[in-house]
Amino acid sequence: MNLKKQGFHSKFRAASDHLATGLAIAATLLVVAPLVAIFIYLIYKGASSLNLAFFTHVPKPVGEDGGGMANAIVGSGVLLGVASLLGIPVGIGGGIYLAEFGRGTKFANAVRFTADVLNGVPSIVMGIAVYSLIVVPQHHFSAFSGGVALGIMMIPTVTRTTEEMLLMVPNSVREAALGLGVPNWRSVLSITLKTASPGVITGCMLAFARVAGETAPLIFTAFGNQFWSASLNEPIAALPLQIYVYAISPYDEWHRLAWGGALVLIILIVFAVSLVRYVASRGILKGAS
Amino acid sequence: MGVGIEVSNLNAWYGSNHTLQDIQLHIPANHATALIGPSGCGKSTFVRCLNRMHETNPIARVTGTVRIGDLDIYKDASPVEIRRRVGMVFQRPNPFPTMSIYDNVASGLKLNGFSNRKVLDEIVERSLRNSALWDEVKDDLRKKSGASLSGGQQQRMCIARALAVDPEVLLMDEPASALDPVSTSKIEDLIFELKSQYTIVIVTHNMQQAARVAEKTGFFLNGRMVEFDSTHKIFTNPSDKRTEDYITGRFG
Repeated sequence: MNLKKQGFHSKFRAASDHLATGLAIAATLLVVAPLVAIFIYLIYKGASSLNLAFFTHVPKPVGEDGGGMANAIVGSGVLLGVASLLGIPVGIGGGIYLAEFGRGTKFANAVRFTADVLNGVPSIVMGIAVYSLIVVPQHHFSAFSGGVALGIMMIPTVTRTTEEMLLMVPNSVREAALGLGVPNWRSVLSITLKTASPGVITGCMLAFARVAGETAPLIFTAFGNQFWSASLNEPIAALPLQIYVYAISPYDEWHRLAWGGALVLIILIVFAVSLVRYVASRGILKGAS
Repeated sequence: MGVGIEVSNLNAWYGSNHTLQDIQLHIPANHATALIGPSGCGKSTFVRCLNRMHETNPIARVTGTVRIGDLDIYKDASPVEIRRRVGMVFQRPNPFPTMSIYDNVASGLKLNGFSNRKVLDEIVERSLRNSALWDEVKDDLRKKSGASLSGGQQQRMCIARALAVDPEVLLMDEPASALDPVSTSKIEDLIFELKSQYTIVIVTHNMQQAARVAEKTGFFLNGRMVEFDSTHKIFTNPSDKRTEDYITGRFG
């Protein structure tokens, strides 16, 4: 009787163990499946339109075969460059303030709250805001305004991750630097920030990858361009914009190019993020075993 | 060379907590002085007042005078200048985790803008020799991270790092309490070597350690300095009943 009961219990335990493991595996699959599905579908739909012309030519007029997205690839690079130049320094500076100088002050709490709200502002609103701040006074769309819109969107993510990462640096490391007679600002930049840099870089990359695919903030700012332009002062093409325009067009040829553009966009993001992480990790590990 | 330290009417607070009360003390140059007492008696706060680390805590406050050599550290100089002259070794080894052994030792100089490679090389070697670590690490100074050393080695590296900026005073806040006995005895040997060149103030929970390394010993209790005398006298014939109770293990 007793043994039987035990047998039942151990079977029950084994079963619930299997059930929990199974649920965890199922959840993992649910997370990974959409990503894999999207990627496979993009390759299936887009790979066929990728050829040399795609990377070297500008779009052809409707009805003409061929043409590519070279201008949009370069345009995305320009926009993301401007965005990073604005978003990363401002974001890291804000994070340093929150973690190292303003800890516990009312102003810091206000900044933190603002950053969280800014993170939730719909990206189309960001586009309209920059439109009225830069495009309207200048009387023309421009790559610069598009970069600013994307850059502002990067700030909250960069700020908050920088803050979190700096707070994870043990206080003993700060004390070691101060105890050597290193001025506080120098200690923050050369010791604390450097110690936190792997996490800070990850935060920057997250922000970068997020805005790289943004379309809405660019509609009112960078505007898009069917021709070559790398000037900050003129409308510029961008991959997400180009994909958007092509995808809603009625032409099969353009649909194909839109798929190709989406695939290239994802590959470029993965490539850029991996490159930065690789370079950064080498820089940091120099000296570490 | 080390310089003497003259402390008068030193009071310190954390928030409303009066952690140091009316400390008067003369710490002689080029000797090791030990500070003993139960946990929370104020001895760590006291050494942190000697290089103005105390005030890095925003709720901390301090009054009174501390003269190091001919310098009134709360009047005549900035905390940054003081800390270059008064080095500190902390309870737990705190290497800079991203730096090699070499960079850790050179950090105090490099971060203050000193960049002459040849002189840096010499200072790093001399500091590591002074901290008895050179032979163990000389082959991978730049290859190994400071954080990859053992705890005892890390602590000796931290001592080298403090020595590299050429201080006059070396404060040690329980420098061996996180280390094993072998590493501890190495640190003690080191203190013995170093005290001819530096004024050393060492906080310790270990009374044998105080007896081994220090000429002078101060006993702290509840934020006050109960007794300060030669180490021999403190451990054999203390004048205060409370000191006697503490060193004979009746409390604390």
